[in-house]
Amino acid sequence: MTVRSSRARLALLRVAAVAHKELLQLVRDRLSLGFIVGIPSLQLLLFGYAINLDVRHIPTAVVDQSQTALSRKLIGELAATQTFTPSVAVRDEREAMRLLGASEVGAAIVIPPDLDRRLYRGRGAEISILADASNPTVAAAVAAAGEGLGALLASRAQPFVVPGQVSVALRPPPEDRARFGPEADAVREGSLRIAVVPFYNPERRTPVFIVPGLVGVILTMTMMLMTALAVVRERERGTFEFLIATPVRRSELMIGKVLPYLVVGQIQVAIVLTLGALIFDVPIRGSLVDLALGAGVFVAAMLTLGLVISAPARTQFQAVQMAFFFFLPSMLLSGFMFPFDAMPEPAQWIGSVLPLTHFLRIARGILLKGAPLSALLDEVAAIAVFGAVTLTLAVWTFTKRIG
Amino acid sequence: MSDVVVATRGLTRRFGAQVAVDDVDLAVERGSVFGFLGPNGSGKSTLLRMLLGLLRPSAGSALVLGCEMPRDAERLRPSVGYMPQRFSLYEELTVEENLRFAGRVFGLFGRRLRDRLDAVLAEHELAPQRRKRAGALSGGWKQRLALSAAIVHEPKLLVLDEPTAGVDPQSRRAFWERLFELAATGTTILVSTHYMDEAVRCHRLCMLRDGRRAALGPPSALLHALRGRVVECRVEHIEAAIARLAGAPEVASITQLGDTAHVLLAPGAGPAEVAAETLRGRLEAAGFSGVSAAPGTAALEDVFVALMRGEQLETDAAGVAGGTP
Repeated sequence: MTVRSSRARLALLRVAAVAHKELLQLVRDRLSLGFIVGIPSLQLLLFGYAINLDVRHIPTAVVDQSQTALSRKLIGELAATQTFTPSVAVRDEREAMRLLGASEVGAAIVIPPDLDRRLYRGRGAEISILADASNPTVAAAVAAAGEGLGALLASRAQPFVVPGQVSVALRPPPEDRARFGPEADAVREGSLRIAVVPFYNPERRTPVFIVPGLVGVILTMTMMLMTALAVVRERERGTFEFLIATPVRRSELMIGKVLPYLVVGQIQVAIVLTLGALIFDVPIRGSLVDLALGAGVFVAAMLTLGLVISAPARTQFQAVQMAFFFFLPSMLLSGFMFPFDAMPEPAQWIGSVLPLTHFLRIARGILLKGAPLSALLDEVAAIAVFGAVTLTLAVWTFTKRIG
Repeated sequence: MSDVVVATRGLTRRFGAQVAVDDVDLAVERGSVFGFLGPNGSGKSTLLRMLLGLLRPSAGSALVLGCEMPRDAERLRPSVGYMPQRFSLYEELTVEENLRFAGRVFGLFGRRLRDRLDAVLAEHELAPQRRKRAGALSGGWKQRLALSAAIVHEPKLLVLDEPTAGVDPQSRRAFWERLFELAATGTTILVSTHYMDEAVRCHRLCMLRDGRRAALGPPSALLHALRGRVVECRVEHIEAAIARLAGAPEVASITQLGDTAHVLLAPGAGPAEVAAETLRGRLEAAGFSGVSAAPGTAALEDVFVALMRGEQLETDAAGVAGGTP
């Protein structure tokens, strides 16, 4: 009995000794301590801001070929749903498709030139909403808004609703008829159809949307860590001291550290895309050379960011924590999981700085929409600027000195 | 003194409130093996790092091979080989890959690189190990590899920070023989150590205490400063005898060397012969039997102990302690 209880006491003593030692180590590691407070706060704020499946304010191109009071009224009604924010007026569908392809807009409203005439003559007219369905959440929101507007018009216009179609009979109520002018009496029952046309991922399959994004997410995590750890490892193992006493210049060291991983990054892209195509049937509609070029710029930016992280990190553990600190907003605010346009503006500002946001548009644009890289140069430029800033920072913070 | 390759004046480095290196003046001549001796934390590594431009001095200046440190550090690099205290080559790479990397970052390539690799592998008998991973080598072999990497580019100045820590005596001996061969070809070698048997091999020695230069000169001159200060006692029950003598006014320090009590006499203890008699008398009076005591020769350890006690050794013609560098 006494032997057993004293054994238990000794065991407790040892557990307490280990726990106390851990606590001391933790308190002495200021950076890790900071992350203990920082990561939950950041996570809460980011998740709170980013998780918003209620998509609103999709930037929308307007192709108003009719240019009548009725067409403007209909556009106003669509904007009033708050799902669409008319952001640019274009001449024809081709131009609208180009903007969709370049991810400059998420939807386009196309109003035919003969809208009024067809309606008033009872022949029926159709408004098309072209939707970027590569993101299933956005596509669902556009479809819902289209249907919603159809229902709204129906309620105002003594309709008969054709079930299953977004289609109403349009006959304005008496108080509205004056607005159609002298022709009002001539208005007969006609139907206005709002047709939502989903592009790029018409079946709204989630893997089609996620896999191109995963390319970016995987590159973000691995590439940033590769260079960060490569430098910190040298410091931890003591090889750094030999290295900095050689004639190798800072810039030479950085470029030499980055180069092999540019190739590693492309191998990762190839693996994800091959598996995505084979297993999830993800399309590759654009040029793989374009994708490789875009991925190259993105990988370079992530690698230089890793070098920046390596400067303050004293241990590999700290480097991983710092990488995580950057990775989290990249995942949440880039549009990888949650629709970018649905986030509040401050979150969008942060998101716009993150290279992943722009690379997602490049990857989805090329893979799902078949867009050429030349249509995505804004996104490439945004990543390149980030890369230039991190490279400058990396060279600036890296010293060939100890202490 | 045109052949001075390292010269410092008032070199100082502070880390916060702590002064790691304090106002050190030095001059090192070409082709010499110059040692830094001092206990852990006496500022040896900090001093070497400042000479390499890896640490910025808080005050003072250092001129190394005509380069002002740390301003001209990059210009100095190609002429210097450095072997840090900790093994600092790549454990995942083989012996040969490590040496090739070292050669290439120092600008060797092609035929010249191959020739130098073959030369250092042969000189250090590393050829049979060339395909072995560095991480799989034992301490002595790692040390050979590190030295090979530091001299693959034939530097004019070789800086070694405690190069033989944790290495067996035979390897240490061989290591020092190689250093003298290098010095004979004109390479200047700065080496820090806390091994007395190594320090005594150096052409000149700088002893450091709390970051300050405590003594400077050839080991023989340092030993000369302690002539007549050592007594060796033989006695039965030697541990008890040492305990007995430890507090005696003649004794600065006493330590056991095998069956002998090695006594460093206090500065005012008088001639060694007289002090030996006094000590013998003390032991016999305390009931010890079989006592013999006679003047002995000072070892570098005695110099070290005297300096660490804060003694100022008598300066002689060789310019020991506090003299001009």
